[in-house]
Amino acid sequence: MSLRRLHSEQPASFAFNAENMKRAEWWISKFPAGRQASAVIALLWIGQEQEGWVSKPMIESVAAQLSMPYIRVLEVATFYTMFNLHPVGTYQVQVCTTTPCWLRGSDDVVAACKKRIAPTPDTISADGKFSWMEVECLGACVNAPMLQIGKDFYEDLDGPKTEALIEALRKGETVKPGPQNGRHTSEPEGGAITLTDPQLYNGGYSRAEGKTGDAG
Amino acid sequence: MATRKINVDGKEIEAEETLTLLQACEQAGAEVPRFCYHERLSVAGNCRMCLVEWVGAPKPQASCALQVKDIFPNKDGTPARINTNSPYVKKAREGVMEFLLINHPLDCPICDQGGECDLQDQAMGYGRAAFHRFNENKRAVEDKYMGPLIKTIMTRCIQCTRCVRFATEVAGVPDLGATGRGEDMEITTYLEKAFASELSGNAVDLCPVGALTSKPYAFNARPWELRKTESVDVMDAQGCNIRVDTRGREVMRVLPRVNEDVNEEWISDKTRHACDGLRYQRLDQPYVKKNGKLVPATWAEAFAAIAARVSATRPEKMAAIVGDLAAAEEIKALKDLMGSLGVTNLDCRQDGAKVGRGPRQSYLFNSTIAGVDAADVLVLIGANPRWEAPVLNARIRKGWLNGLKVAGVGVAMDQTYPVEDLGSDPSVLAKLTDGSHPFAQVLKDAKRPMLIVGPSVLARADGAAVLAAAAKLAGETGMIGPEGSASEGGWNGFNVMHSAASRVGALDLGFMSEKGVAGILDGASKGEIDFVWLLGADEFDMAKLGSAFVIYQGTHGDAGAHRADVILPGAAYTEKEGLYVNFEGRVQRGKRAAFPPGEAKDDWAILRALSDVLGKRLPYDDLGALRAAIIADAPHFAEEGTAPARPGADPAVWSAIGEAGAIDSAPLASGMRDFYMTNPIARASKTMAECSRIFVSGSAKMAAE
Repeated sequence: MSLRRLHSEQPASFAFNAENMKRAEWWISKFPAGRQASAVIALLWIGQEQEGWVSKPMIESVAAQLSMPYIRVLEVATFYTMFNLHPVGTYQVQVCTTTPCWLRGSDDVVAACKKRIAPTPDTISADGKFSWMEVECLGACVNAPMLQIGKDFYEDLDGPKTEALIEALRKGETVKPGPQNGRHTSEPEGGAITLTDPQLYNGGYSRAEGKTGDAG
Repeated sequence: MATRKINVDGKEIEAEETLTLLQACEQAGAEVPRFCYHERLSVAGNCRMCLVEWVGAPKPQASCALQVKDIFPNKDGTPARINTNSPYVKKAREGVMEFLLINHPLDCPICDQGGECDLQDQAMGYGRAAFHRFNENKRAVEDKYMGPLIKTIMTRCIQCTRCVRFATEVAGVPDLGATGRGEDMEITTYLEKAFASELSGNAVDLCPVGALTSKPYAFNARPWELRKTESVDVMDAQGCNIRVDTRGREVMRVLPRVNEDVNEEWISDKTRHACDGLRYQRLDQPYVKKNGKLVPATWAEAFAAIAARVSATRPEKMAAIVGDLAAAEEIKALKDLMGSLGVTNLDCRQDGAKVGRGPRQSYLFNSTIAGVDAADVLVLIGANPRWEAPVLNARIRKGWLNGLKVAGVGVAMDQTYPVEDLGSDPSVLAKLTDGSHPFAQVLKDAKRPMLIVGPSVLARADGAAVLAAAAKLAGETGMIGPEGSASEGGWNGFNVMHSAASRVGALDLGFMSEKGVAGILDGASKGEIDFVWLLGADEFDMAKLGSAFVIYQGTHGDAGAHRADVILPGAAYTEKEGLYVNFEGRVQRGKRAAFPPGEAKDDWAILRALSDVLGKRLPYDDLGALRAAIIADAPHFAEEGTAPARPGADPAVWSAIGEAGAIDSAPLASGMRDFYMTNPIARASKTMAECSRIFVSGSAKMAAE
């Protein structure tokens, strides 16, 4: 993590679109009168969903909407690393590099990002579609290494798979989120090896009706 | 109040439950080191330096964030045992100190805080001198711009957040904040704009390390080189208690002194930073005008020129005006000198304020400053306390935080707390009095309502009538209660706020006449008055003096000196012993911290010497005799340091305030246009000029109106 400062180039203005304004107002209405500042994180998040990153005009507009001093919103925006303070690509690739992912080869995933997106993190690729960044544990250690794009996890990666994923997205193809090595969720590769008896699931082991169980 | 027994270092004490453990330990006589904790700010609990041992608790406890009511007794019923100096505590604090010093630079030799640094002092007690185990690089932080008064060296910051809390809570200007997190946390203003508060200098005092230091004072002096003189401020009429630090004959800086009844421990930026004005534009020798040009002269020549002029004119054609910074001593001496010459055209109200004729309560801040804490509704009438008395404004803000409701008639500027706008039409006063205004009900329901009449209101042509209307409002809405302070069950909510430090003292000594300054100037322009004595009076249009012979006795080459025919160099407030009466009527003593420059002399001594030349020798040869004469005139000058008792509902007093008369419909408003440029000393100050440029004439939002 490094110093979090506002980006050097800022847009001229910011405004929620009609739908997001409704969402923002819904969040504000959740808090009692005079406590609307509590909605600041939600509003910044909605703003980020709309624009991709948190800009100075967005901070000031949110502050005005919530009657907060600008500095209070800046504090929040710089505190939480989930807020991007710089422009990001259409696909923002967040690569987990925390210990489990690192042990399972996240270095290769990062190298793939460097090769296919940009040599440095937080840099938008030449075609404007991608940027990547390292993040801390995203909680999918069983499927390490993994990365997150938007709200989707892509798991069980390695270098080539990551490159393929990026290229597929670049071509506009849809890639199914989840494990990329064919396994189902966090089951063992090649399918489950325990609890495979279908009777576990079809009621075969349940007691016949009317019978009471013995003491056990 | 509920109390609880605790045992601090073997000493059993009964502590109030509302106290923090840190305060309780201090009551028991234990000293607890701290960085982030401050009595007048909210508790942050982030520096961890105040760790103490609660015997039985699994970890050391941050005593600032633990309340006495949360401390339960031991199982056997004996009071909880708190250790503040056990080896366990020392080790814990050493650990904290080690962490603080990991990233703190070792630049004490070039740090302005050196010698008065909390971190330096406490590192003496809790630093691990014998070993260090941190060999990595220290973190470096970019310095931030915070305006013309605060210099930042942010690498030194230990993130106590005292400055952030001060800005948000006391100053009410939430410009400061902490951005980033963890190791990257930085204290900054929003995008490095200037910290736009009149109290910003106090953040420098609060900083326990050298991260925020005084910009004008940077690299000027070391604390141990300075001679400290406890004195009183004259930049506004609040009489803030200050400490003047001098090296040689130069005033290096001004710091606040704690006085709970007056300024707590804050002072305004003008009080703190106008002191460089004491070096520039000074009058250091007498001047006499010859052939239309002021030429240097000896005291004898200057006195001879005055004596010649006095004998050539008649007392009816003479006048004297007292300026805003004069001490009671010279006011008394000038009054006596003029009295012995038979002069009656005297006045101290340069701005033309229509006060001083009635009882003393008619021109005092009767609630007292501390009384603001007890009030529940406040009506500001054409006042702008943020500029006219910034430290009082911090008090009002504190009151607002505790539930004080503030409304304003003719209050244009943001006061750092919400002010319910009752319009600016003077007729609102009558409507509030007769109950036809919706806010009247609020006043009626209030237990201790108060009002503050601003200085600009009094200076209106109909000032006396507005004052009478305000007094009537006070009388009708229960602002005038029984005698005594709020804690004694009394109340007096009628307050007049002045902005000139000399005003109340001069009114107490009766330095006024029916004519007023306007009448004197009018006479001068018509030629009816041809001899005017200005005692540091610079705040009116000098062109109105016409062709009169003008004697300017003062400190700075300001408006008055430029117009003068004879200049007598006097002593500034840091250079003389003087009594000042603040707007509460509290007499306070200013002390000499340095000597006046060149041939300049104490003002009363100048008048005493001149009286000899004029053959009207004043009957006092030393300060003691002069003060005795003042006390003989106005006995309350003997009661230094206390505000007058608040007289109760005596109709004879409250009906005699102001004058009945028609009130003009012109809107009420404060007339102060530039907080940083209100007197000759401030106008000579480069620092104040810089502040004025940035905060008033600049694009900064606080520029009034």
